[in-house]
Amino acid sequence: MAEAGTSPGILGGTTSRRAGAWSPRARIRYLETGFLLPAVLYLLLFFGYPVVKNVLTGFQRYTTKTFYTGQAPWTGVANYSAVLGSSVFGRVLLNTLLFTAGSLAGQFLLGLALAVFFRRRFPLSGLLRSLLLLPWLIPLIASSAVWRWILDEDNGALNRALAGLHLSAAHPGWLTSPSLALVAVVGVNIWIGIPFNTTILYGGLQEIPEELYEAAALDGATGWRAFRHVTWPLLRPVVTVVLVLGSVYTLKVLDIILGLTHGGPANATQTLATQAYNLSFQQFDFGQGAALGNLLLLLSLLFAILYLRASRRAASE
Amino acid sequence: MTISATPISATTARRPAVRRGWRYTALGIVLLAVLLFPLYWMLNVSLQPSGSAVGTPWIPLHPSFGGYARALSQQGGHLLISLVIALGSVLLSLAVAAPAAYALAQFRFRWASAVLFGILISQMVPGIVVANALYSAYNDLRLLNSVIGLILADSGLGIPFAILVMRAFMGRLPASVVEAAQVDGAGPIRAFCSVVLPMSRNALITAGLFTFLFAWGDFLFALTLTTTDAVRPVTLGIYQYIGSYVNDWSTVMATAVLASIPAVLLLVIAQRYVAAGISGGAVK
Repeated sequence: MAEAGTSPGILGGTTSRRAGAWSPRARIRYLETGFLLPAVLYLLLFFGYPVVKNVLTGFQRYTTKTFYTGQAPWTGVANYSAVLGSSVFGRVLLNTLLFTAGSLAGQFLLGLALAVFFRRRFPLSGLLRSLLLLPWLIPLIASSAVWRWILDEDNGALNRALAGLHLSAAHPGWLTSPSLALVAVVGVNIWIGIPFNTTILYGGLQEIPEELYEAAALDGATGWRAFRHVTWPLLRPVVTVVLVLGSVYTLKVLDIILGLTHGGPANATQTLATQAYNLSFQQFDFGQGAALGNLLLLLSLLFAILYLRASRRAASE
Repeated sequence: MTISATPISATTARRPAVRRGWRYTALGIVLLAVLLFPLYWMLNVSLQPSGSAVGTPWIPLHPSFGGYARALSQQGGHLLISLVIALGSVLLSLAVAAPAAYALAQFRFRWASAVLFGILISQMVPGIVVANALYSAYNDLRLLNSVIGLILADSGLGIPFAILVMRAFMGRLPASVVEAAQVDGAGPIRAFCSVVLPMSRNALITAGLFTFLFAWGDFLFALTLTTTDAVRPVTLGIYQYIGSYVNDWSTVMATAVLASIPAVLLLVIAQRYVAAGISGGAVK
C-alpha cells in the first residue's frame, strides 16, 4: 500500500486532501480495496483481455506470419464472411445446437430422475450418491479415452454386448459412421453431466419442506400429482439455474468431442468450439478462429443473460 | 442454501419402511453399477496382460500390471507436471480468491455488484476464446511451454469458482467475530488472517479441491499453450495416445486410471466438501 500523496478517490470529496492526512476511515477503505484488487486484475488479464483481443482479432488477418512480422492487417468483416460462408458452417451450427439440446435434455431428465430417487432415505444412499459424482470428477479426456474403447466398432464392449444379447449383430460404427457419431458423442456427454444435474437438483429437493408433502397427501396428492403440484413448482428456480449453466458449459465443450471423434467423421460432430480450435490451432488462421470464437461467445452471452436473470429470481425467492 | 452439507431432516423416522429401504438400496446399486460401468471398464482393461485388439475379457482374471509399468515409464513425467501445475494453481487461486471473497462478502463496496457480475460472466467465456488470445500473448511473453504459463491459465478456471464458493461461506460468518477482532485493534488484514481464514477452513478446502481438479483435468490450455514435449500434462499425454491408432489399450487405460486417482482420492477423503462445492459454485 502506498502511503499518502494520492487522494482517496473512493470516498469522493468528503475527505481532506492535505497530503499525509489520511483519515483512519480512508486508510481502511484502501486496505479493503486491496483485498479485491488482485482478483480484479486477474479477471481483467485472463478474461477481459482475451475477450477484447479476440473481438479485435476477428477483424484482422492474423496468421502464423503475424508472429514473425508482427503485422496483422485489418480486413473488415472478411473473417466473418469467410467463416459464415464456409461450406461447413451450417453443419457446425446445427451440430452445436443438437449437441447442446440433446445433452441438456438427457442430463436433466436422468439427473432429475436420480435426484428424486435419492430423495428417499434408504441405507447407503449417501455413499451411493457420492460415488455417482465420479464421472464428473475425473478428467474429461480420461472419460473420452475409455468411451472410445467401449464404443469401438469391432472390439468395443458395447457392440460385443449387443451382439451377445442378439440385439444387433451388425456392429454399428458408433464413432465412425456419420449418422451415429453425433448420437454417440451426445450420449457420452449426457453420462458426464448426470452427476452435476443430480447434485444440484437433489440440493433443490432438500429445500422443499416435508410438511408440504404431508399437506398435499391430505388433499389426496401423492406420487405423480405431488411431483406436479409441489415438487416441480418449488424446484423451478433451481431447474432454471441448472439448465442455463448446463447450456453454457455444454456450448464450450471441446475435450469430449476432440477425444472421441476429433470432429469427424466428415464433420459429423464438429461444433463451434471444435471448429474454432481447428481454425486457430490446426490451420493457424487465428483471425477466422477468433471470428468463430466470438460467435460462440455471443451465444454463451445470450445464455449468460438468461442465467443472471434466473439466478436473481432464484435468490429473491 | 449451499455449503450445509448434510440435510437436517435425516431423522424423520420411518421404521416400517426399513425393509422397503433395502430394496431401494439394491435398485440404487444396480443404477450405479450401470452408470459406473465405464470406470470399471477402464480398470478392467488397464489390468489386462496385453493391450489386445481382440475382445477384452469381461473380468481381469489374470491381472497384469504391465500396463501400469508402461504407463508410468511413458507418462510418469507428465503426471508429475500435472501435479506441479495443479498444486501451483491451488496456491495461486486461493491467494487471489480468498481475500476477494471476503471483501465481496463483508465489505460494502459500491461496485461490488459489478465485480460479482464480472465473475459470473467470466464463467461463460469459452476456453477456446481465452486460449486464442493467450496464445499470441504467451508467445510474446515467452510463456508458451512453461509450467508458470499453465498455472496462470488454469487458475483462471479456479479463481471465479473459488470466489463464489468462499463468498457464499464467508457471507455467513457472524459479523460479531470480525467486530470483536476490530475492537481488539486489528485492522482488516489482521482480522482476515487471524479470524476469518481459520474460520473459513472448510470453504478453503472446498475451493482448493475444485481448483485442483480443474487444473489437473485441464485439457484445452495444455493442448493450445504447449507446442513441444517440454511441459506436457498427463491429459495431453492421454490425448496423444488416442490421437493415433491405438494398439495398446491397457497402457492407455492404465494412464487414464492414474489420471483419475486424484479425483477418487479427493472424493474419498473429502466427500462432503465435494458435494458442497458443486452446489456452492452454481447456486450461490
